[in-house]
Amino acid sequence: MSAAHGRTSHCVYVLRLADSNLVLAQRLGELIGHAPALEEDLGLANTALDLLGQARLLLTHAGKLEGRGRSEDDLAFLREEGEFLNATLVEQPNGDFGDTLARQFLFDAWQVELYERLAASGDPQLAAIAAKALKESRYHLRFSANWVVRLGDGTAESHERVQASLERLWPHTVELFDADAIDREMLAAGIGADLTAVRAGWQRRVDDTLAEATLARPADRPWRWYGKRGQHGEHLGRLLSQMQALHRAHPGARW
Amino acid sequence: MTTSRDWPLYEVFIRARGGLDHKHVGSIHAVDARMAMEHARDVYTRRQEGVSIWVVRSSEIVASDPAEADAFFEPARDKVYRHPTFYDIPDEVKTL
Repeated sequence: MSAAHGRTSHCVYVLRLADSNLVLAQRLGELIGHAPALEEDLGLANTALDLLGQARLLLTHAGKLEGRGRSEDDLAFLREEGEFLNATLVEQPNGDFGDTLARQFLFDAWQVELYERLAASGDPQLAAIAAKALKESRYHLRFSANWVVRLGDGTAESHERVQASLERLWPHTVELFDADAIDREMLAAGIGADLTAVRAGWQRRVDDTLAEATLARPADRPWRWYGKRGQHGEHLGRLLSQMQALHRAHPGARW
Repeated sequence: MTTSRDWPLYEVFIRARGGLDHKHVGSIHAVDARMAMEHARDVYTRRQEGVSIWVVRSSEIVASDPAEADAFFEPARDKVYRHPTFYDIPDEVKTL
C-alpha cells in the first residue's frame, strides 16, 4: 500500500487517528475570531485545542512506532498531502455554521464510539490516550449534538441548511467504518477497534439525534472517499500549505 | 437575523473546589439553560477554575437599589459589636 511508506500496520493505524484529529483541529482553528458569538468562538476553540492535544500524543506515539526518530512536529509539518491519512470528512471546509457543526457531530459520535473501544486496546499507550481523550470527546459530542438539534428543530431555514450539510458530508462518513486490511489486522491483534460495532453505536447516536432534530438520515450513495489511504479531495492541500508554511519557512521554529 | 446580543443574559457562578461557595465570575449570553451551562463551561472553566457551575437568568436576580444604599447599609456601620471578633478560629477551619 503506497500510503504506508514502509511503515507497520500498527504505525499506520495510529497515524490515521492522529491525522484526523490534527486536520480537524486546524479547520476549527480557522474559525477563531469568526464564530457567530463569542461564547461559540471559545467553545469551538476549546474543541480545537482538545483535538490538537490528542493529535500530539498520537503523532508522538506513531513516530515511536515508525522507528525513524521522527517527532510529532516532523510528522505534522514535513509530510506531503498524499501522506496524510485523515478521513476526508475532517478536511471539508467550515462552510456555514451548520456545515461546521454537522461535520463535528458526525465526527464526535464516531470518535466517542471508537475511543470507548480503544480504551481497552492491547496497545497500552493507545489505550491510555483513548481513555484520556474520551472525556474530552464526550463533551464535544454533547456540544455538537445539541447544536444539530437546535438547527434542525429551529427555523425553516436552519432546518433546510443543516439537512443540506448532512447530505454533503454523508458520503465522507463511509470510510470511517469500512474496514480495510490494516483495520482487520489491528482488530485481530487486539489493538484496533471493531468497526462493525463502532458503526452500530454511531448509527444509534446519529439516528437518535437526527430524530430529535427532525432531520432525515441521508441515503447512502455509491461514491466513496478514502482519506485513510492518502486519497484526498481538493481541500486538504490548501489546509496543509497554511498549516505547514511557518515550519517549512523556519524549520524547527519554537515559541 | 438573531444575534447573540438578542440572547438572554445569564450570570455564572463557579465553585472552585469542594467546600467553597459558588462565586460570581461573570455573565454569558445563551438561548436557554442548557446552552448557558455549556457557554459557562467553555468561557469560565478553561483553566481548571471549577468543579461545579450554576447559571441563573440575570433577569431573575433582584438587586438592591443603589439609591437606597444609605438606608440599607449605613445603619450597620457603627455597630461593630455585631462582628464575631471575639472567637478564636481553629486552625483546621480553612475556608471561613
